[in-house]
Amino acid sequence: MIDIAVVDYGMGNLRSVSKALEHVAPERSVLVTSDPHQIAAAERVVFPGQGAMPDCMRELESRGLRQAVIDAAASKPFLGICIGLQLLFEHSEEGDAAGLGILPGKVVRFTASDMHDATGAKLKVPHMGWNEVYQTQAHPLWNKIDDGARFYYVHSYFVVPDQPAIEAGYTEYPKRFTCAVAKDNIFAVQFHPEKSHRDGLQLLSNFVQWAP
Amino acid sequence: MALAKRIIPCLDVTDGRVVKGVNFLELRDAGDPVEIAKRYDDQGADELTFLDITASSDNRGLLLEIIEQVASQVFIPLTVGGGVREVDDVRRLLNAGADKVSINTSAVLNPQLVADAASRFGSQCIVVAIDAKQVGDHWEVFTHGGRKATGIDAVEWARKMVALGAGELLVTSMDRDGTKIGFNLPLNRAISDAVDVPIIASGGVGNLLHLVEGVQEGGADAVLAASIFHYGEFTVRQAKEYMRDHGIEVRL
Repeated sequence: MIDIAVVDYGMGNLRSVSKALEHVAPERSVLVTSDPHQIAAAERVVFPGQGAMPDCMRELESRGLRQAVIDAAASKPFLGICIGLQLLFEHSEEGDAAGLGILPGKVVRFTASDMHDATGAKLKVPHMGWNEVYQTQAHPLWNKIDDGARFYYVHSYFVVPDQPAIEAGYTEYPKRFTCAVAKDNIFAVQFHPEKSHRDGLQLLSNFVQWAP
Repeated sequence: MALAKRIIPCLDVTDGRVVKGVNFLELRDAGDPVEIAKRYDDQGADELTFLDITASSDNRGLLLEIIEQVASQVFIPLTVGGGVREVDDVRRLLNAGADKVSINTSAVLNPQLVADAASRFGSQCIVVAIDAKQVGDHWEVFTHGGRKATGIDAVEWARKMVALGAGELLVTSMDRDGTKIGFNLPLNRAISDAVDVPIIASGGVGNLLHLVEGVQEGGADAVLAASIFHYGEFTVRQAKEYMRDHGIEVRL
């Protein structure tokens, strides 16, 4: 029995994610896998990813993982990270690509004309570094994490859910955007918990213990 | 409330040890890389950068082992550079646990490497390191640890690297490296204004005010320093508190 399957669809380095999971749950088995059967058999699933959304969708399809991810997101504790959050939605501006459509909403790019702070200084894209996460609903995955704690981000696109109620957290750069969503057994974040020091490890630890 | 400016301790590694030189010469031993990485992590470093400054390729494997050890104990972003020549080198470093790979000399010899690495692994993990030196009224790119002039304008080069897919630029002033007299602020400002991606300022930090200047005058998104941290002059936390007291958003 695999406790935690980390979905490998060839996009980005999954070692950080699996190392962090092993660190917070040394007694659990963590498997990085592109085998749909292993994903189906796992008790919980982590869906990470880096890179461009059209490439990610293509790789998911070509590895026969699309349905495995949809099934996992419908049935067991499921944590999306970064592109693994964005892919859950219906459509992305990045390459005008369709997503998995598990959650209603879209993925958009930071608007160039908005990218300056209150003093007029230029804000860079990608949004890279440590920014605050404001929790908009109580959730077991926020357990022992302060409201406003900083997490590590690196991204140029963000999600716009159709249903505001699924927002679990937001941040500002410079405008407010949704950085975490929660729906039933799904929790997904734009930032990288595996690179976010103690608070990131706490979130992963919360996920490992989560019983939705 | 905003995105925090980052403080990045830099570990120059050769033969499995952290060292630090002046103007890339006169290397001095600063300790064990894994121990130093853990210390900076405890102090609140936002990222760590490892630069392999081993001249020959004999001991490259040692760096991979070090990165593997650090990556299993330290959960903040790790950037690794030095001697990256081909896409396969990038893959090896990422597999060892690096989150970003820094490309320097090879980007000049073969700019397509930056494009290939960015398209294969994503721009978010490709950092281009630019070593620049003042030549007349502009800054010129140098390679091979600052020994070789290229004739390339550093600001133009920065634009080109971003166009090819660099997700971040590490800008080192060769005139300042190891001198402790502060960043080359006009160089950093010129490059920061020229591109949209984040800039890490490097080379010349001798006190905490230099870090503040790098952000406020140099327009840096992150500041990199080595010797002020290695020899215990300041902790990363002290540096962050100082920056915060000067009105800079930091993660504390």
